[in-house]
Amino acid sequence: MEHKDAKQIDAKGKDYRTLNKEIRESVNDGINYITVKNVLGHRFIADGIKNRTLRISIFGVAGGDLGAFMDGPTIYVRGNAEHAPGNTMSSGTIIVDGDAGDCVGHSMRGGKIFVKGSVGYRVGIHMKQFQERFPTIVIGGSAYSFLGEYMAGGIIVVLGQNCTKPVGSYVGTGIHGGTIYVAGVVDDNDLGVAASKKEFTDEDRDIVSALIDEYNHHFESSISIDELTFTKIQPSSKRPFSNLYTTEG
Amino acid sequence: MCGIIGMLNKDGKRIDGSLIAEGLSLMDERGNGQGAGYAAYGIYPDFKEYYALHVFLDNLKEAKVDVEQEIERWGYIVYSEEIPTSEKGTIEGEKIPYRYFFKPDPRKLLGREYNEQDAIVEMVMRINAKRSGALVFSSGKNMGIFKASAWPEDVARFYKIKKYKGYMWLGHNRYPTNTPGWWGGAHPFGLLDWSVVHNGEITSYGTNKRYVESFGYNCTMLTDTEVVTYLFDHLIRKHQLPLGLTGNALAPKFWNEIDALDPNVRDVQTALRLTYSAAAMNGPFAIVVANTNGFIALTDRIKLRPLVVGSKDKTVYVSSEEAAIRAMEPSLDRIYNPLAGEPVVHQLEGHAQ
Repeated sequence: MEHKDAKQIDAKGKDYRTLNKEIRESVNDGINYITVKNVLGHRFIADGIKNRTLRISIFGVAGGDLGAFMDGPTIYVRGNAEHAPGNTMSSGTIIVDGDAGDCVGHSMRGGKIFVKGSVGYRVGIHMKQFQERFPTIVIGGSAYSFLGEYMAGGIIVVLGQNCTKPVGSYVGTGIHGGTIYVAGVVDDNDLGVAASKKEFTDEDRDIVSALIDEYNHHFESSISIDELTFTKIQPSSKRPFSNLYTTEG
Repeated sequence: MCGIIGMLNKDGKRIDGSLIAEGLSLMDERGNGQGAGYAAYGIYPDFKEYYALHVFLDNLKEAKVDVEQEIERWGYIVYSEEIPTSEKGTIEGEKIPYRYFFKPDPRKLLGREYNEQDAIVEMVMRINAKRSGALVFSSGKNMGIFKASAWPEDVARFYKIKKYKGYMWLGHNRYPTNTPGWWGGAHPFGLLDWSVVHNGEITSYGTNKRYVESFGYNCTMLTDTEVVTYLFDHLIRKHQLPLGLTGNALAPKFWNEIDALDPNVRDVQTALRLTYSAAAMNGPFAIVVANTNGFIALTDRIKLRPLVVGSKDKTVYVSSEEAAIRAMEPSLDRIYNPLAGEPVVHQLEGHAQ
């Protein structure tokens, strides 16, 4: 049934500028539910849109920088996403019912990203938190190397479903804030400079459990925290490179 | 940035260039209109025993006379013509693409210590180093490179690439950053039947250039990717390294990763790293390198540039972006991101390593 605040857009044959203009104009016209079909690598979808009630469903492969700088909307991708979905997003939710490329949540400063499958390199690079802004990324499958590189805040959860190794090497290289939770074993050799394993407490369990519930809700899955053993990774110190360019400290 | 793409029909089935152009054009955002090109294998079956020299000529007078004099010092021209193009004058800085089907003459190589392929390499290096208004940018058998300083779709139209049928195609969309955008700087780069497309920078260019120059190669295209072509030619054709090990030599593992390997593998990787330290490529890169038998795709060891591989039946696709592969084949059997520095090798049936 077609609601008057719903709209369907066909991306086939359209350049990404045309598509994004159409989405933006629809939002300005008061449309709240947008379905975009035949998306094939269209970049920058919903970038910078500030709107807490907007819902966008994407069918196809979402191009790079999906939802960059966005503030509020919920995007559901029925397919895969290319590089850097949620780049510097402020708030809102991105749900990818497939895999995603490198740099998911690059410099993310708020909101949530859920990826059902696996993700590429440098996921969560430069994520940060400030006051009420607190970014979260949940990955169902595995993440390649440099997960949480230079991470400064927020949470990354890797559930490691259907894979042999949940994370690659150099996990949390240069991390100085935030927490990475990995279901499974993380070899000490795979920790990056500045990252350390910490005790997984009851408080951590509550946080991760709530995020798993949310993941299950989005993807109609039934993962239980009781079946998983988490490794918690945090910064070794707040200033891991204080001696890199100077001799003080 | 730059966009790279490739496809191989492992059963040798030939298709025209419109599909690869469609995939590449989907990544227009990765370029800036200052360079694009295609390499196609299997396109000259009627001339397959001759080297197909694709040459940019500045004019059809002295530049042409000059290059033909040089070519005829090494053998004889079987057939030559202007490469058919459309819409003359639509691309900036236009050169005249010309092709020669050429056979080296053993009598003219008498007394020299090298074989036919060495002779082609030396001839190409001599022509390009002289810079007399002619530039050989493709010199393999039954293959050819088509490139210009323009957008992917314009280059495809300019060279009418849908009229060529190949079993393997590579494509490149350039966004020049550190070196000028010009016809000779467009990718693919080629030598003999090698072709190379590259996204990124070879920050070790100086070291690599000195290394290949010590073996007689000349870097004349004013950009880093050229050296990759000569590294592959040298390591594979001259040193006879397998493709996979060549990938390891050029994108070596970190020492701590090598130390963690099984002893046999560790010794091989250690030897490669020590032997080829001046050939190892540093910096962010994703490349696809092809020869008559197939291709190798490779990224730098910390994956600073993207690479996606897909397959459907007997066809393999590789690209900077997933969407470009899906534009060529919507229903894939498999699609994945290879690990950093992991050589992805695919060859024609009957040519497996």
